[in-house]
Amino acid sequence: MTLLDPVWTSLLYLAAAVFFILALRGLSSPRTARRGNLIGAFGALLAVVTVFVSARLDNIPWIIGAIAVGTAVAAPVARRVQMTQMPQLVALFNGVGGGAAALVALLELSHTADPWVRLAIVFTLLVGTVSFAGSGVTFAKLQELMTTRPIVFPGLPVVMAAVLLAAVGTAVAVVLTGSLALAVLLMVLGLAAGALLVLPVGGADVPIVISLLNAFTGLAVAASGVVLGNVLLVVAGTLVGASGTILTRAMAAAMGRSVAGILFGAFKGGSTAGSTAVSERPVRSSSAEDVAVLLGYAQRVIIVPGYGLAVAQGQHTAAELALALEARGIEVDFAIHPVAGRMPGHMNVLLAEANVPYESLKEMGEINSEFRMADVALVVGANDVVNPAAKTSSGSPIYGMPILEVADARQVIFLKRSMRPGFAGIENELLYEPQTSLLFGDAKDSLAKVLGAVKAL
Amino acid sequence: MDGMSLLTVTVLAVFVGFEVVSKVSSTLHTPLMSGANAIHGIILVGAIIVAGQAADPWILAVALLAVVLATANLVGGFVVTDRMLHMFRARKDVARQGAPAKEATGRQDAK
Repeated sequence: MTLLDPVWTSLLYLAAAVFFILALRGLSSPRTARRGNLIGAFGALLAVVTVFVSARLDNIPWIIGAIAVGTAVAAPVARRVQMTQMPQLVALFNGVGGGAAALVALLELSHTADPWVRLAIVFTLLVGTVSFAGSGVTFAKLQELMTTRPIVFPGLPVVMAAVLLAAVGTAVAVVLTGSLALAVLLMVLGLAAGALLVLPVGGADVPIVISLLNAFTGLAVAASGVVLGNVLLVVAGTLVGASGTILTRAMAAAMGRSVAGILFGAFKGGSTAGSTAVSERPVRSSSAEDVAVLLGYAQRVIIVPGYGLAVAQGQHTAAELALALEARGIEVDFAIHPVAGRMPGHMNVLLAEANVPYESLKEMGEINSEFRMADVALVVGANDVVNPAAKTSSGSPIYGMPILEVADARQVIFLKRSMRPGFAGIENELLYEPQTSLLFGDAKDSLAKVLGAVKAL
Repeated sequence: MDGMSLLTVTVLAVFVGFEVVSKVSSTLHTPLMSGANAIHGIILVGAIIVAGQAADPWILAVALLAVVLATANLVGGFVVTDRMLHMFRARKDVARQGAPAKEATGRQDAK
């Protein structure tokens, strides 16, 4: 078989890189996003076809078989996974990508004596394995194969420092000697570091870890592109690194905390596990009929969904309620806090699945000024993201976190399971304000009752 | 490709990446992450190259493992992103329920 001219090969890889950029650009609006993703997939296909026709390859039947196996495993999972489980799946795909990059770098070690290429190899080995193990632990936490609470043991910082120090030492030795055995040792150290990095992170901080590991895998792939001298891998990996970095920063800003604070907070014992004490102060509890009246005769209603809604599988009922209210001529929007859910933007996907049109999904910056025009803010399964303590009480663990300004609405209704404080374990003063009423019960049941009562108005 | 050109490409890609990704609507942050995930599955190209050069059966085995992992990453990532984006529908498409919403082609602004 004659091989493709190197110029054509480079051009085709360049085209694939451009398609990847267009794929990300498509995501600037839900209107163009799906087409963008298909363009990206086409770019990937183009690149894979290009490698087959441009490089002198042995073992082609084996390779095609392995591609078939990978597809047969991943495609059905991707097609069937529930949207609530999306964070696990993303963590899993992220981990295997990092693992693949590390294996590629390992096998390239014997092909080079150039210290710069070896440097790129050790970088890929370390970052790829950190991403693999970190993603694996994240997956296990999200899938509840292990506890979601931070896992800390005495001396953890010392162990982590020792592992990192050993990794750096081993990496230097690999660059100098090119030893395969040392490279494998480096991978083992990377796996240990990845696990140790994620174990102390609590469930609430998982979105930030997923974003960070996403950036890590991107960097590992970019470095493996340097190893292989392949521009497409460099560009694709760098794009992913940029996206992961931006998301990590966005998530940290939405929590009002620093990335380092989240990752190392548990090391210092300042993790996000608060009291679960139940307060005895009086609140105004309300019936589904009362809530329906408040909603049904309002002009503007803003629904604030939290992860509690998804846990109760109440997204569809919430969407139906919004539809019923709109049928009465009421303007209804959903106000989405960036950290609602278990990964960045998760709540939007859950509501989109329940057929909420994307025009109704409003991000925090867009909706916050509108609460003061709203007659009712309906808070379902959310607590910390609407807690004014984030603005007022400087001692509070959530102090500095931007919140949804539900207190500006004329009436605030909380659908809550109990008076137990939220994830951060802080009391919410808003619950005791005169404009607030509470409807206790499972989010889905409560919504269904309210929906029935609205329809009966 | 020489080191300097690779460095040039990398630095430019960093800027393009930040520029493009910072324009992504925060409503779509989950599809962004899974889409970006799919894109790094392109490590498959590297895995295919090392598998195609493998002479020793052990090396081939490791390389094929990398091919399987990378394919899972690439194919799974694009499929699940497509599925997710399919769910984001415009108001007028939701109103026409029942029929699976086609890709939104509305000319008016999404806002």
